[in-house]
Amino acid sequence: MKFSERWLREFVDPDLSTTALVDQLTMAGLEVDSVAPVAASLQGVVVGEIIEVNAHANADKLVICSVNGGNGLQQVVCGAPNARAGIKVPYATIGARLEEFKIKKAKLRGVESFGMLCSERELGLSENHEGLMELPLDAVNGTDIIDYLALDDTCIEVDLTPNRGDCLGIKGIARETGLLNNLDLKINQVASIENQIDDVFPVKLDCPETCPRFVGRVIRNVDLSQPSPLWLKEKLRRSGIRSIDSVVDITNFVMLELNQPMHAYDLDHLKGGITVRLSAAGEKLTLLDGSRIELLKGTTLITDDSGPVGMGGIMGGEGSAVRAETRNIFLEAAFFTPLGIAGKARSYGMQTDACHRFERGVDYNGQAEAIERASELLIAIAGGQAGPTVDVCDQALLPVKAPVRLRSSRVSRVLGMEIASPEIENILGRLDFQFSQTEVDDDVCWDVLSPSHRFDIAIEADLIEEISRVYGYNNLPVTTPVSHLNMLEAPEAVVNQLAMKEVMVARGYHEAVTYSFVDEAQQALINADDLAVRLKNPLSADMAVMRTSLWTGLLKAAAYNQNRQQNRVRLFELGMVFRQVGENLTLENLRQEQRLGGVIMGGRRLENWASASEAVDFYDLKGDVEYLLGAEDVGEYEFSPCEHVALQPGQCARVSREGRPVGYLGLLDGQVQAGFDLRAPCYLFELDIREVVARTIPSVQEISRFPVIRRDIAVVVSASITSSQLREVVTSNAPEYFVNLKLFDVYSGKGIENNSKSIGLGLTFQHPSRTLKDDEVNSAMKQIVTVMKKQLNANLRD
Amino acid sequence: MQELDQLQQAALKAIEGAIDIPALEQYRVDYLGKKGALTERLRMLGQLPVADRPAAGAEINRVKGLLQAAILNRREQLERAALEQQQKAQAIDVTLPGRNVEAGSLHPVTKVLARIEQFFASIGYEVVEGPEIEDDYHNFEALNLPRHHPARAMHDTFYFSDSLLLRTHTSPVQVRVMEARKPPYRIICPGRVFRVDTPDPSHLPMFHQVEGLLIDERSSFADLKGTIAEFLRVFFENNDLQVRFRPSYFPFTEPSAEVDVQCVNCLGEGQCRVCGSTGWLEVMGSGMVHPRVLEMSGIDSEKYTGFAFGMGPDRLAMLRYGVPDLRYFIDNDLRFLEKFS
Repeated sequence: MKFSERWLREFVDPDLSTTALVDQLTMAGLEVDSVAPVAASLQGVVVGEIIEVNAHANADKLVICSVNGGNGLQQVVCGAPNARAGIKVPYATIGARLEEFKIKKAKLRGVESFGMLCSERELGLSENHEGLMELPLDAVNGTDIIDYLALDDTCIEVDLTPNRGDCLGIKGIARETGLLNNLDLKINQVASIENQIDDVFPVKLDCPETCPRFVGRVIRNVDLSQPSPLWLKEKLRRSGIRSIDSVVDITNFVMLELNQPMHAYDLDHLKGGITVRLSAAGEKLTLLDGSRIELLKGTTLITDDSGPVGMGGIMGGEGSAVRAETRNIFLEAAFFTPLGIAGKARSYGMQTDACHRFERGVDYNGQAEAIERASELLIAIAGGQAGPTVDVCDQALLPVKAPVRLRSSRVSRVLGMEIASPEIENILGRLDFQFSQTEVDDDVCWDVLSPSHRFDIAIEADLIEEISRVYGYNNLPVTTPVSHLNMLEAPEAVVNQLAMKEVMVARGYHEAVTYSFVDEAQQALINADDLAVRLKNPLSADMAVMRTSLWTGLLKAAAYNQNRQQNRVRLFELGMVFRQVGENLTLENLRQEQRLGGVIMGGRRLENWASASEAVDFYDLKGDVEYLLGAEDVGEYEFSPCEHVALQPGQCARVSREGRPVGYLGLLDGQVQAGFDLRAPCYLFELDIREVVARTIPSVQEISRFPVIRRDIAVVVSASITSSQLREVVTSNAPEYFVNLKLFDVYSGKGIENNSKSIGLGLTFQHPSRTLKDDEVNSAMKQIVTVMKKQLNANLRD
Repeated sequence: MQELDQLQQAALKAIEGAIDIPALEQYRVDYLGKKGALTERLRMLGQLPVADRPAAGAEINRVKGLLQAAILNRREQLERAALEQQQKAQAIDVTLPGRNVEAGSLHPVTKVLARIEQFFASIGYEVVEGPEIEDDYHNFEALNLPRHHPARAMHDTFYFSDSLLLRTHTSPVQVRVMEARKPPYRIICPGRVFRVDTPDPSHLPMFHQVEGLLIDERSSFADLKGTIAEFLRVFFENNDLQVRFRPSYFPFTEPSAEVDVQCVNCLGEGQCRVCGSTGWLEVMGSGMVHPRVLEMSGIDSEKYTGFAFGMGPDRLAMLRYGVPDLRYFIDNDLRFLEKFS
């Protein structure tokens, strides 16, 4: 809601500066968004009359005007197309200032010019620069333009919350200002216009649930040939509304002033009578803005005997619209219920000032007042005779105001301080709330009835808010809550997610945050298995489906950095992925799971003096993953060769924990890499966070004090044998005093047959209760070597 | 005796001039060894008259002691010099960077979230998370936002179907807690939220929220003010931080308040890009939980009252770290992220 400060002060004029006034509104819950002057900073601009216009000898587009600025005639060279004798315009005299621009005597194509005639844009009134701003002919020459146009004013814009629809009119803002300053409104009653003719136009309400009240009035013999008066145009302009013609301007004015949207029909284009009814699907209507729409079922329509003439509370129709030649008018001020109109305009992709107000609730007793106000203005501006006001109303379907009980004990409890009863009653009174005091169990209570312009008072809490708001939030006490000192649970077997992130950070990864919605085609490169859910209204095609993997976003982030000369990338993200598991899209059929994923690309280490630059490989990534899984628990995980659509076969592993799937890691497939425009190999991992955070609580055994025996052997096996196969043979064939196995070497090349490799195994033995003998360790080793030979064709290397 | 003097002179000169340990050792043998010059003299004492022997012997022993001390001294000198030589050879450039100094970074929003969680955990708030794809009921209806409520216009929502959507705030997590558990509780719900907004310096279609909820038999608006003021004080590490509460409207709280803090950039003085020269920054929404919201989740609104608050960690991170553009948080530019190492 945007309005002129002067307009507000016509209603209530507290002794406050503009700054103090807007601060007061903001602190009462009407947040002021902006305060701006209504015009440029002007000095020395006066009303000037063009007395005579002569051609300029050296320029076709310029004319020489003789201007009376109240102080004799001055010669002014002007290029405006509408410059002509007899009009009055803003005249910036010599020495005038328009913002920083100073007017000096000048020569234009050889002709002296004493000042400048101004357009609206030059005065900072609007963007209109098509010609001079024409002032009414009764303006007195020489009058300062600031006084003449009342430009010592500001435009105040308040960002109203949806509950305060009552402040979508000047009068509502004035009521609020009045109650905050304990002032009565200067103007509260609109003059009644006596009817001069008896004409009425019949109105019938067929859907009183959505339109329980319709007030109408016939006004005959208006003359719409003249534009709206300047004061009207200016008030509208300062509320951000453009002047159209006097009738539309008046209905807009009344809407801004009294918060009652109105509509004016050309009476001669209405047939029979008005019926307000709900639309049937498929009915058609051409609206005021020229758009032709097909109606959905259940929209409130204003119809006459020929069919729809308007969408009730949203926009009028074109056929019965008022035109310059209109002589007879039918005015409408109706009440459309918030529930009846809610969402209707939006279902047609529309939003109008009228429906914005009806959706929030307008005063259901304010229609007649609006009709009177509009009639008064219309007759004053365009002449005509008014018929009687017809108020068609289904009282039973108007909103019902039930008294709301307010308990002083509840006020104290909710606000944390007692507010004295007289103070509460004072505030209720200033809010125009009617109340009666009672006492229940020693508790002072009031039964409160809110006025018809308030749609946000339904329960006691609403009243408490009003009391506290007017009392002042910042006058309420500040306390520390008192509560039970329960301790928070923190299971040791679950690592918190921040700690997981910090592990990644310690390994040199930067945390990324990528969109939860991704490009469908890119995602198909990454994950072909899971069913992704699709947004109905995505921002763009590359944000259309929910991610089923973190990799799409991480690879995009890697490419983003690569394209900015950041070739070494280590990124991780912890976030949700989404997949549909059942046939129907329901919450139950969605899996929303937290995963931890990462990508590495480029050098193994930061560029440094101490080591050669080497590119990352699979084992760098796997090392990070194993580190993440935790030394105590990593043994529970199995890394097995697998296939994955996004990963290169042979360099890709599935991670599982005691048979449960945990995730994948590996080298990004070359084609997928190209699909993301990545120039270097990328290694990726993604793990189910539920497994990763689940840890074993350490359980310590007695530490043996007997010596350790270590035996190192090297075996040659086929290249296809995995280290985990060897490990399996060792651990399942070792005696119980076997402690651990270290792989200290993997070698292929010179001295080893093709398609074979040599693996160095270091076995450690230690007995908990005695010193081991060489012989028994030797025979244990012999047993292991024998089984390795038998099962894996592993030969001891000489 | 003059001869002995000469010997002493020559020996001392040789010892002091020994260039290394082997040379010194050779001098020791030459003078003090079994066949050394001085040992020879001692052996020849017998040839002297008996009366002269003690004096001559003493004199030779004096010289012997002198030479032994000189040798020891010289040995120490040489050893010290050798060690110094060795250490000099091992000297390195200590100004070169150390190995493996690499560190990653937490995302700035995570850093802010972690601080928020820490502050609230310290007074017993539990962190609760919930689904990001929500149903209309938990995101709107249960929060007193029925269909076509004008306030829904403030939540431009991504939909999957008529009833499924991306949550527009983390309040549905609070609803799920209220449905599942009996009060009292104090929880905070951090997480991602989504609104249909084209990315620009101050909007993203995906951002974060932390919402807090305290429900107890005695909690008041004064407690809400106290909790929030305390939080903002510790968050911005400013004991004199000005905080104001402004009436506002949220369908799920009544009374409702916006919370402004004194601009952390200009401290309320004049022209400022961050606060638009108002001197205040809107940082939180808050209020007393609407009785209808409590009732819908099966909580007796006569017995229990509570307060709720919500804030945007992205915006707080912008303020705290001077980030000029929200999109920095989603670009994942390493040059930006490295600032948080």
